[in-house]
Amino acid sequence: MAEVTEPSKTSTWFEERLGLASMRKFLAHKTVPVHAGTMWYYFGGITLFLFVIQVLTGTLLLLYYRPSPGEAYESVQFIMTRVQFGWLVRSIHSWSANLMILAAFVHMFSVVFLRAFRRPRELTWISGIALLGLALGFGFSGYLLPWNTVSYFATKVGTDMAAAVPGVGHYIARFLRGGDDVGGATLTRFFGFHVAVLPGLTTLLLLGHLALVQKHGMSAPRWAEEERERKGMPLPQMAFFPNFFLRELMAWYAALGVLGTLAALFPWELGVKADPFAPAPAGIRPEWYFLAPFYTLKLIPSHVWVFEGELVGLFGFGLLALWWVALPFWAVDRKGVERTRWVTGAGVLLLAYLTTFSALGYWR
Amino acid sequence: MRRVLAALCFTVSLSAADTCVECHSVLDGNLQAPAKAFSNDIHSRFGLSCADCHGGDRTASDPEQAMSRGHGFLGKIPRTAIPERCGGCHSNAAFMEKYKPRQRVDQLAQYRTSVHGKRLAAGDTAVATCIDCHSVHDIRETKDPLSPVHPLRLPETCARCHADPGHMAKYKLPTDQFAAYRKSVHWEALAQRGDLSAPSCASCHGNHGAQPPEVTSVAAVCGTCHVMMEDLYKGSPHAPAFASMGAAGCVVCHGNHEIKRPGIGMLAGPNAVCSQCHDSDSAGGKAAAEMARQIGSLDKAIEKSDHILAMAQQSGMEVSEALLRQREAKEALVKSAVAVHAFRPAAVQKPVQEGLAITAETFHAGVSALDERRFRRVGLGVSLMTILITILGLWLAIRTIESRKHTGDSGPA
Repeated sequence: MAEVTEPSKTSTWFEERLGLASMRKFLAHKTVPVHAGTMWYYFGGITLFLFVIQVLTGTLLLLYYRPSPGEAYESVQFIMTRVQFGWLVRSIHSWSANLMILAAFVHMFSVVFLRAFRRPRELTWISGIALLGLALGFGFSGYLLPWNTVSYFATKVGTDMAAAVPGVGHYIARFLRGGDDVGGATLTRFFGFHVAVLPGLTTLLLLGHLALVQKHGMSAPRWAEEERERKGMPLPQMAFFPNFFLRELMAWYAALGVLGTLAALFPWELGVKADPFAPAPAGIRPEWYFLAPFYTLKLIPSHVWVFEGELVGLFGFGLLALWWVALPFWAVDRKGVERTRWVTGAGVLLLAYLTTFSALGYWR
Repeated sequence: MRRVLAALCFTVSLSAADTCVECHSVLDGNLQAPAKAFSNDIHSRFGLSCADCHGGDRTASDPEQAMSRGHGFLGKIPRTAIPERCGGCHSNAAFMEKYKPRQRVDQLAQYRTSVHGKRLAAGDTAVATCIDCHSVHDIRETKDPLSPVHPLRLPETCARCHADPGHMAKYKLPTDQFAAYRKSVHWEALAQRGDLSAPSCASCHGNHGAQPPEVTSVAAVCGTCHVMMEDLYKGSPHAPAFASMGAAGCVVCHGNHEIKRPGIGMLAGPNAVCSQCHDSDSAGGKAAAEMARQIGSLDKAIEKSDHILAMAQQSGMEVSEALLRQREAKEALVKSAVAVHAFRPAAVQKPVQEGLAITAETFHAGVSALDERRFRRVGLGVSLMTILITILGLWLAIRTIESRKHTGDSGPA
């Protein structure tokens, strides 16, 4: 029999104030289902880990970055060339932003194919999609901050798209740009969105998303449950702490290794300083996660019947986003029977569209 | 026949403002061609008509009346009268002001001083007049790419006569200028890089006052663009020497139509132009070799820095400041090539030294960038090893925990 030791004064002091015993009890009982798709659970944690990296490296960049057209490019150049390990911090910030969005997409599709959005997890799904939207907002606003030619013209194209929305488009574009065109006011606004508005919203939403995950626990796919039921055995579970947590930690370390390798071997380029009076360079295109809609809009003719092509495209993307957010609601019929084939088909189609059109947008 | 033509023209011209164009448009062959071409003519765009050059009454629907001598109809303008006819308007500043206030009005005066003008005045109708270069009936602005005198098309326009042995035989002029020009650095700039300011025939020979530059004016012609070279040349020992020999300045070393890209090979080596007059042991030969050595050393230093900076850049290293400095080194190289025209090694030395100081700096920046790259890679290796060991440790920890559970030790559910 193990010897029972008296708790130290310090732990008693903290226990009295924080009630850590209840948290330990909660963690001791928290489990994760074990089945063929368990590995996909790690991507939510990887996305979170990369977000934390973003916050840390972003805070370090804030020490030197200056959000004005006259100083932005030079300050990033200073970080890259003069600040000790500045190149590493900036490269990790840029690479982890891209890896975070990639991990978020993988997480989203794993949720779709494992049917983890099912009742009662509808709000977890919606908050997750909203978080992905915020991550894309981080990407769009952060892209302009180095104030180089590519980022300047990509922002011009992006805000022009917003202007195409009927009725309110002009006001949205003016709000984003802080004027009629992309300029100094846009840079300070995007900086504000990037370091204050979006982090605030993301933190709140992320806490809500994590609270919902804790409340409902990890969802096990129906096929795994049915398979075990057929065998007359319950679905095996893994203790969240330490078993799952240590595995997640391994995944984080692996992500850190990939991040470090990319940052060291392929430091993020700075490009050429933006010149608002210069013509847009040929072949301008947005970051990879906006390539699919960008290429789609390029393919749509200038006029579809009596409507402007761009407007039709934006309307289509709006409908697609709404349909995707509403996935948990149309994934079951009125009798409560799951539309398994519909969901799998929609997931495969969306994945195929995003990968094919992103590749076409990149190469053509 | 005339009555049929009159009836046809009357029908067409009932609502026509310019009966010349309207009638000739429905005629055949040579009689129709001018009317068709005239729609693209700049004179047509400004509201001028056939009658403004050929005389006659543009409003008359009866061809006989429209083309009557009584209405001043001149018919086809004789070649000898063409410059005066065009100059009637183009030499009149008050008239031209109505259409193009900044248009020059000295073309006819210049033409009279040209070889073309002088020969025409002497009765030689085979020489170029206005219409041979600007075309006739579809005259376009010089800046119009379809104009035969657009900078990109001008050499071919001159070559139509000057590269034609049959046409040039009676003037005993060579016909290889165009072929030679097409091998020159000037043609490369004009045709391949699309630099419309690059020199073509008219830049050196003049356009309306075209004539070959005299021996004494060659340096001035080249100096129009190559100002610094001309200044240095004038102060050099070559200027009086070439003048006393009757040699045409720049042409002695660079040639005329087939001007090749200059390089240190012109100063020293088997194809050196200096060696045509100076022995390698003479003071001139030694000075040429010294200038070639100095410029060559800067050229090599620039190449070395370019190479190391390109390597660093390809590895993703930030070397934009050094690349910017490299531009200054390349400017110093250009300055040193310009300084050659003083024909003194001391003049070349200054820009070369400036350039070498910059390349030393940029090469050092390249070396530092590659050192930094090495440091990063070593750092990455160490970090990856640490991460790998940590992952391995975690894996062992998981195995230990899970094996303890399987052997019945206490553990989480």
